[in-house]
Amino acid sequence: MLSLRSTATRMKIHEYQAKEILRKYGVATPHGIPCFSVDEAIKAARDLGGKVWVVKAQIHAGGRGKGGGVKVAKSEAEVRESAGKILGMMLKTHQTGPEGQKVRRLLVEEGADIRKELYIGMVVDRGTQRVALMASSEGGMDIEEVAAKTPEKIHKIFVDPGTGLKDAEADDVATKIGIPAASVPQARAILKGLYRAFEETDASLAEINPLILTGDGKVVALDAKINFDDNALFRHPDLQQLRDLDEEDPQEVEASKYDLNYIQLDGDIGCLVNGAGLAMATMDIIKLYGGAPANFLDVGGGATTEKVTEAFKIMLRIPHLKAILVNIFGGIMKCDVIAAGVVAAAKQVSLRVPLVVRLEGTNVDLGKKILAESGLPIISGSNMADAAQKVVAAARGGRA
Amino acid sequence: MSILINKNTRVMTQGITGKTGQFHTKMGKEYANGKNCYVAGVNPKKPGESYEGIPIFATVKEAKQKTGANVSVIYVPPPFAAAAIDEAVEADLDLVICITEGIPVRDMIRTKYKMQGKRTKLIGPNCPGVITPDEIKIGIMPGHIHKKGRIGVVSRSGTLTYEAVGQLMELGLGQSSCVGIGGDPVNGLKHVDVLRMFNDDPETDAVIMVGEIGGSDEENAARWVKANMKKPVVGFIAGVTAPPGKRMGHAGAIISGGKGTAQEKLAVMEECGIKATKNPAEMGKLLKSVLK
Repeated sequence: MLSLRSTATRMKIHEYQAKEILRKYGVATPHGIPCFSVDEAIKAARDLGGKVWVVKAQIHAGGRGKGGGVKVAKSEAEVRESAGKILGMMLKTHQTGPEGQKVRRLLVEEGADIRKELYIGMVVDRGTQRVALMASSEGGMDIEEVAAKTPEKIHKIFVDPGTGLKDAEADDVATKIGIPAASVPQARAILKGLYRAFEETDASLAEINPLILTGDGKVVALDAKINFDDNALFRHPDLQQLRDLDEEDPQEVEASKYDLNYIQLDGDIGCLVNGAGLAMATMDIIKLYGGAPANFLDVGGGATTEKVTEAFKIMLRIPHLKAILVNIFGGIMKCDVIAAGVVAAAKQVSLRVPLVVRLEGTNVDLGKKILAESGLPIISGSNMADAAQKVVAAARGGRA
Repeated sequence: MSILINKNTRVMTQGITGKTGQFHTKMGKEYANGKNCYVAGVNPKKPGESYEGIPIFATVKEAKQKTGANVSVIYVPPPFAAAAIDEAVEADLDLVICITEGIPVRDMIRTKYKMQGKRTKLIGPNCPGVITPDEIKIGIMPGHIHKKGRIGVVSRSGTLTYEAVGQLMELGLGQSSCVGIGGDPVNGLKHVDVLRMFNDDPETDAVIMVGEIGGSDEENAARWVKANMKKPVVGFIAGVTAPPGKRMGHAGAIISGGKGTAQEKLAVMEECGIKATKNPAEMGKLLKSVLK
């Protein structure tokens, strides 16, 4: 389950990039070539050789197969046709928005002879404070359903940080998910490679779904997904290069330039809050009083007037925005700094919606004085409940 | 009394020469008994210097030996913060409070692994710190919003802790201690550890537990409360309305086994006799309603 705190701390990459990383750690994958045009796709199929290829849309969301983003091609003509259809399409999956995500890159791979589809994944487990390896004999798209309905089919290992994943652990889990004895050494190499890749790249999530067993007993990563811990990217300049801004929400990209923790949502009430917990609670209380938050925005503890101004600009770009709520409990963040930022922002951009401000904490009187003397039509909230009720009413009534 | 820290606590600041470390060491020193509590700073490059009259030592070990400091607070930048915790644990301090935000998770996994079998307690990282009002403040919370009293507060969030304190103060309720345990996935003390201390503290009458979506710390704490806690606990969980679409892929959902949602947490808390509100503006009111 998501924590909004961590949404900003996991850079995503494409499948073909994840496979390139995993190959360096000894994980077997099909041969494949990333492509940006139909012509490149045809050339890739020729270079790969063989008689069957898979043309795969490269977007960051999962569920691409179901949405029509993965096609098997048995001739050059079919490669051309599939590549033409997939490139540029708005691919809709359960992980994209309702409008889908535009496909700009393809991966053309050699076809695989699939005998069995399995699942392996790694994530940091809060409970044990270790990296958890999860594996299942039930690979493919419905792994979450498997976990919910038949949890006994998900095998877990909490890896000892001192030893790393041990051979015996890897062999045991490989056997449990149905890898035949002759293929267990290959599975061991993949499991251990995945763990090393997870460790050394500072991943927050790594998944191979499906991991396949081929007709001739080979174990191969048919798909791959890796997310990274943003807090560790400073020591991975190579990984930073893999970021694809086309795949991110433009509002969130803009916010990240100013070090603002911002997530776009569907509602019409903009929120500017300090602290992730208070920001979530502010969304909750808006909903409780019948409104809908347009965004999650934590300006952090060290916000400057410039940051607050940029935050306002970003929220005001939301076309259906009806009102803004600023909810600040000043600790390190001083209320007068926020107030000065609000006033500066309101002067720079045309504030086309009602603005409700609730200030509390450090330098609150100074902050309130700055707002009062600004001459701006700011609605003041005396506490969190009062402010939330006022902003919901303002959003319903249009202009205040 | 109080938990974790009191007026007799002696503190060293790791990262005392940085801007944040200096500012909050100064604020801490100016708060209540802070003048007597803040006794040392650590910077390997600046031993022999001082800040605001506080002597700076090269290592935690030396600072402990020379001043008797038993607690450290860390403002060291994220790439070096986990190593700073390691040093404090190696020096066998009673408590380390790590304020630093943005430490790589891998570093914290290693640090927690090294802490196994050691007696040093860790609060944080990515937390506001701990305050025992009118005695000592270690961290970045605004001191003036607190006053001494008999309510304990434990929270994963900084500003939401201030919000809870603000609501208590409006009702005239002071606090015994307020503990921000931090929002990172790999951290030190959990809700349950802090509740255990409040349970044992004769000067705490009731506790507000503020949680967030993700993980199962609040559920574990709630089950412990049901079995052991002699004092009333009320709660709030932030993130009821967080969008389910933004998730950490399948693996994140599988490891939590469908748990960790606000609804799940609230259900377990109710089951365990913890009154919880869905309204973050009513934490104080709810706490007052359970006082005898």
